[in-house]
Amino acid sequence: MPYLELQGLERDFGTVKALDGIDISLGEGEFLSLLGPSGCGKTTALRLVAGFDRPDAGTIVVDGKDVTRVAPNKRDMGMVFQAYSLFPNMTARQNVEFGLRVRGQDKPDRRKRVDDLLELVGLAHAGDRYPHQLSGGMQQRVALARALAIEPRVLLLDEPLSALDAKVRVQLREEIRRIQLELGITTLYVTHDQEEALSVSDHVAVMYRGRIEQMGAPAEMYSAPATPFVAEFIGTMNRLEGTVVDPGAGTVDTGGRTITVEAARGKPRGARVLVLVRPETVQVAAANGAGGNTLTGEVLTHTFLGPVTRLRILSGEASLIADMPTARAAALPPGSKVDASLPSDEARLLDLTEEALPEIGEEPGPADR
Amino acid sequence: MLIGAFKGANGGWTTSNVSQLVHQPYIQAYRESIEISGVTALLGGAIGLALAYAAIRDGTPRWIRSLLTTFSGVAANFGGIPLAFAFIATIGTIGIATQFMHNQLHLNVWQGADLFTKTGVEIVYLYFQIPLMVLVIAPAIDGLRREWREAASNLGANAWQFWRHIGLPVLMPSVLGALILLFGNAFAAYATAYSLTNGNVYIVPVVIGAYYTGNVFNNPHLGQALALGMFVVLVAMMLLYIPLQRRAARWAK
Ligand SMILES: Nc1ncnc2c1ncn2[C@@H]1O[C@H](COP(=O)(O)OP(=O)(O)OP(=O)(O)O)[C@@H](O)[C@H]1O
Ligand SMILES: [Mg+2]
Repeated sequence: MPYLELQGLERDFGTVKALDGIDISLGEGEFLSLLGPSGCGKTTALRLVAGFDRPDAGTIVVDGKDVTRVAPNKRDMGMVFQAYSLFPNMTARQNVEFGLRVRGQDKPDRRKRVDDLLELVGLAHAGDRYPHQLSGGMQQRVALARALAIEPRVLLLDEPLSALDAKVRVQLREEIRRIQLELGITTLYVTHDQEEALSVSDHVAVMYRGRIEQMGAPAEMYSAPATPFVAEFIGTMNRLEGTVVDPGAGTVDTGGRTITVEAARGKPRGARVLVLVRPETVQVAAANGAGGNTLTGEVLTHTFLGPVTRLRILSGEASLIADMPTARAAALPPGSKVDASLPSDEARLLDLTEEALPEIGEEPGPADR
Repeated sequence: MLIGAFKGANGGWTTSNVSQLVHQPYIQAYRESIEISGVTALLGGAIGLALAYAAIRDGTPRWIRSLLTTFSGVAANFGGIPLAFAFIATIGTIGIATQFMHNQLHLNVWQGADLFTKTGVEIVYLYFQIPLMVLVIAPAIDGLRREWREAASNLGANAWQFWRHIGLPVLMPSVLGALILLFGNAFAAYATAYSLTNGNVYIVPVVIGAYYTGNVFNNPHLGQALALGMFVVLVAMMLLYIPLQRRAARWAK
């Protein structure tokens, strides 16, 4: 039985449809990430669950009870905000204690619980510091402890790591997951960082323009994107527009080049499709005219990513990205003529609809910061 | 001023000007001044704070805020004879509002005569004290983050608990500073009270004015001594303010 359910949530701000029918159902103790570019409605969805805002349509159900109209201070939800949410006039300890204090819990009980929580987030030594005396990462740990103190029914996190630097971000996200698993707390996590979402979640829901494009396990989202948007947003993906030439052989014409894609078998002849290929499945070698399932082109740039190097290859009109072991990439410097062979069985195919494809940058970040 | 306060009418040194201050009628003038300034600072501060918060918090349309700050900008600078006259013309004995209440509504709750007493002076002072509070406290209210209110409510606090534990403590350093400003503002006001009551409300600036302009008799040195006394009162207020402020802001950077 689902523990947290969002049913047909809609929210309009004037002419902006921030949420356009959101359905989510989450089991007890599960961790779901809401992932999407800036402005897609993630925060709006979370605020509805927390009760800071009311939906124009739809319901929110927790543990079988409709809480859509319940005031936020009666909902028992723990929320961690993006940044600067600690009460500045209280020490870390007083911040964590606040929820227990307004609930009228005894002082000795409170003290014990606050100690435990500070210990849990690794801040037992910093309880008496004021927020401005804590680093950004420490502040977010305190915010997490504060949200957990009231033993919330659902933990809500709105981009809690986005104001931190990369190293702390990775460390803290793992810690959030560890604590979440340890306490078995149902969690809704908002982020625009796909790596973050994939690495810590049980489920990922990719949002775009107020809707959920696809929801599934992280591996599923990566290997089997259901829409062009998801394909582009999760990981890096080559997209080749094409037309099905021979449904029997599974061949697709991509701008003058014919390639074989298993997934194209059985598609209607002449159908417009989008061939999706992960960069790590593209094999690159010096051009030898051997044909096969290859596109021939010229290496434009190298991007060093540690163990792998990312090559940008220009083939006719199309630009292609391929990842290869750094050790071998040196043999193919920019300017080299290369053959990029595409895996016929690992490439995915999506029907190309009339709708314009979204353009997404490398790192979609909130524009409103 | 400092030197003048210790000079006699014949030019020699004397402490008689200063020592007179602690006797009647001057001590009474200080009392009245401090009371009027204190009352209007506290009342004006409380009302101004509430107004500013109501206009600034989320959910209030932006135009209300612009209207309030524009109006406050004008009203806070509206003082002296024009202000006194405006009040006399509306709620004075033969003011429009007083007459209307009396003749049309047959209400006799306000006769208008109180306008020329201490209460009247306080009412008129509030007319510039409240807007001044709105102006000086607005930036501090802007500094209250939405996240604090939401986090508090998320943790189970109601609006009152938020104000008691977070909102007011966070604003307190700014509120204290604003109150000092309001106190000084009222303490130094002269023309408004003088033109309203024709000198009948006996506050220090009015007395000083009398000694300078020679209404009573011309003794500028006693006037300077009175001014020195005002300065001492303000210094005393600051000495009270500094430790309070330090305590209120102990959590800040
Ligand atoms: N209070 C509001 N008034 C008007 N429009 C709003 C309001 N809140 C959100 N919006 C609009 O609704 C849309 C969704 O906003 P939301 O904050 O939910 O996006 P988000 O996915 O959290 O983005 P980000 O990654 O930038 O935080 C945006 O177009 C935003 O401008
Ligand atoms: Mg957001």
